[in-house]
Amino acid sequence: MELKTTEQENWSLVIRPQRAWWDLHLGELWRYRDLVWLFVWRDFVAYYKQTILGPLWYLIQPILTTVVFTIIFGNLAELSTDGMPPFLFYLAGNTVWAYFAACLTNTSNTFTGNRSIFGKVYFPRLAIPLSVVISQIISFGIRMLVFVGFLIYFMLVNPAVSPNWWIFSLPLLLFIMAGTGLGLGIVISSLTTKYRDLQQLVTFGVQLLMYATPVIYPLSSIKGAWRWAILANPMTPVVEIFRYAFLGVSDISPIYLLYSVTFMFAVLLIGVLIFNRVENNFMDTV
Amino acid sequence: MLVNVISIENLSKAYQLGVIGTGTFFGDLNRWWARKLGRPDPYAKIGVKDHGNRIGEMIQALDDVSFTVKKGEALGIIGRNGAGKSTLLKILSQVTAPTSGVVKVKGRIASLLEVGTGFHPELTGRENIYLNGAILGMNRLEVARKFDEIVDFSGVEKFIDTPVKRYSSGMYVRLAFAVAAHLEPDILVVDEVLAVGDAEFQKKCLGKMGSVADEGRTVLFVSHNMSAINRLCSRAILLDAGTLIKDGTANEVTAQYLQGADIEEGRRWALESAPGNEDLKLLSVKLTRMGENSAASVVEVKDDLILELEYFVKKANMRFRCNALFYSLGVCAFASIEPKETLHEKAGRYISKVHIPAHLLAETEYTVSISMFSSLGVKQHFVKVQNALNFQVFDSMTAPSARGDYAENLVSAVRPMLDWETSYTDSQPN
Repeated sequence: MELKTTEQENWSLVIRPQRAWWDLHLGELWRYRDLVWLFVWRDFVAYYKQTILGPLWYLIQPILTTVVFTIIFGNLAELSTDGMPPFLFYLAGNTVWAYFAACLTNTSNTFTGNRSIFGKVYFPRLAIPLSVVISQIISFGIRMLVFVGFLIYFMLVNPAVSPNWWIFSLPLLLFIMAGTGLGLGIVISSLTTKYRDLQQLVTFGVQLLMYATPVIYPLSSIKGAWRWAILANPMTPVVEIFRYAFLGVSDISPIYLLYSVTFMFAVLLIGVLIFNRVENNFMDTV
Repeated sequence: MLVNVISIENLSKAYQLGVIGTGTFFGDLNRWWARKLGRPDPYAKIGVKDHGNRIGEMIQALDDVSFTVKKGEALGIIGRNGAGKSTLLKILSQVTAPTSGVVKVKGRIASLLEVGTGFHPELTGRENIYLNGAILGMNRLEVARKFDEIVDFSGVEKFIDTPVKRYSSGMYVRLAFAVAAHLEPDILVVDEVLAVGDAEFQKKCLGKMGSVADEGRTVLFVSHNMSAINRLCSRAILLDAGTLIKDGTANEVTAQYLQGADIEEGRRWALESAPGNEDLKLLSVKLTRMGENSAASVVEVKDDLILELEYFVKKANMRFRCNALFYSLGVCAFASIEPKETLHEKAGRYISKVHIPAHLLAETEYTVSISMFSSLGVKQHFVKVQNALNFQVFDSMTAPSARGDYAENLVSAVRPMLDWETSYTDSQPN
């Protein structure tokens, strides 16, 4: 009898109404790492199957956007580009910003976009947003190739373009963008289980956020009180340091990256905590 | 001594009726304001169908359910629509959390609420096997190891490198089930995914489920198919309005469920909408057990049955005959036609009955089509109703039947009890 009791205590899974808030079961996510990779691969493969140009889309989109920016902001509005060739300046900003924007937008519909899977089978829900952030690295890589191609060309014709050792901070910059995008994205996705209109806000908000980040203008052109506001944006150091690393011009101290890293960890922690709360019961409300 | 692998203690799940929140922030604000002013909720639903287990704004989908399952046991879960079966499965699959109570599980649990979850139409069969396997909780090595077996089982070898969006629905389901069938969990939770595919494939699936149970793994099986429950499960539980009302051997529990199911009244039409032409209207079709009066939708192989047609003749001296066609497994299993055209001298209501002997029908679902026509002189159809009636036949194996002592799946459109005789002749091969 004694033996039986101890045997019975040995449950491998206990399903309760609410999990403790600190029980993030991240170990489980590790067990499902194969699934994360398969999602990454699925997103990438499915994206260009049955398209005429296939992966070329990853090239066309940033180049076209950059051309438009060059014409509007460079030629018509004549915004400063810190003495850099406008095309290269905008391409740099676009390349780095597109990754963050994609992370944020594509993780923010985690619950609403996957409810048919979530309603039928259990796996750690975080696998989905995590795979989004990873698969976006692939598209970032392709955009980066385009950027580096143009960079080399401009380096040959314009000696002011001078990359430096900071280019090795690229993984850190990516990590900050991935973490911040993921954190904000899952906060929004958790809230959209209740309020659908937040979804509209995301596309719109990401647009606005871009103008609050030095993507189409250099930080150096912002003076006075506004400079402070732009610096409060955790993406500002990331974009500026990226441009400093590859083009050699910037008006920011790398120390600001510490702020971005802190912000990222904070938003990621909050995001995971909220996500963890919501994933238990969201099927009843979505 | 067998240990408990699942222990469910006082499990309850309540759902809020209507919408929780109004879906938009503005709506919630509006509702809050209305409440504050003491006005009625502008988003309240009017005329929501009432359930028996409704308490105010909440619906108790599961109400204090407790039971345990032992290792290697095959447990059937039955109940009417809305009884709480799906909610129970959802909680067991961790798709949603209970409102109160605890579920304790020992070992790896896998649930199949649907086959092909996460299949991506653009990916090939091969790619989807890996993806679906991972979603169901297998790692890449496990899938790779079983890959050939899965493809073999599904029977779609030739199309394995074709995107699944080009598959026929049958192929799609076969591939999806094949992946699921090769999961090797300690506990398998299955919803009625078997209600898919052709008869042959269903047979294969049931066979596979049976073998899972034989391998000492635990199976929880939700189904409306009583014969499948009887065949696969040793024990069953019956849920009704969220509470567990019966826990016993599969035979006992299915029998109780079937008694309850008899309340359903065959099929009846109002005169205005009844099928037929201006001279003749079919009023009702029902199936009863011989000697009983109430309509039955689930019957046993051993029952003698009566199919009863009630119709209204508007014109005197009509001459016609009735014909009943019994469809199962997609074919017409048999037809029974009135031997001669009856003269209906008076206008009024008539009833025609046909006796279907015991041990003619097989364990499957039947659909009955009715026609009434005259072929003397000018051929004339008065009534033609397809799918007039549906019923299910099962074999509780409590009385001798055509299956003898064979307990596995038998697929046929009819199953008459015929005599077999085997005798020894001599020792030579010919």
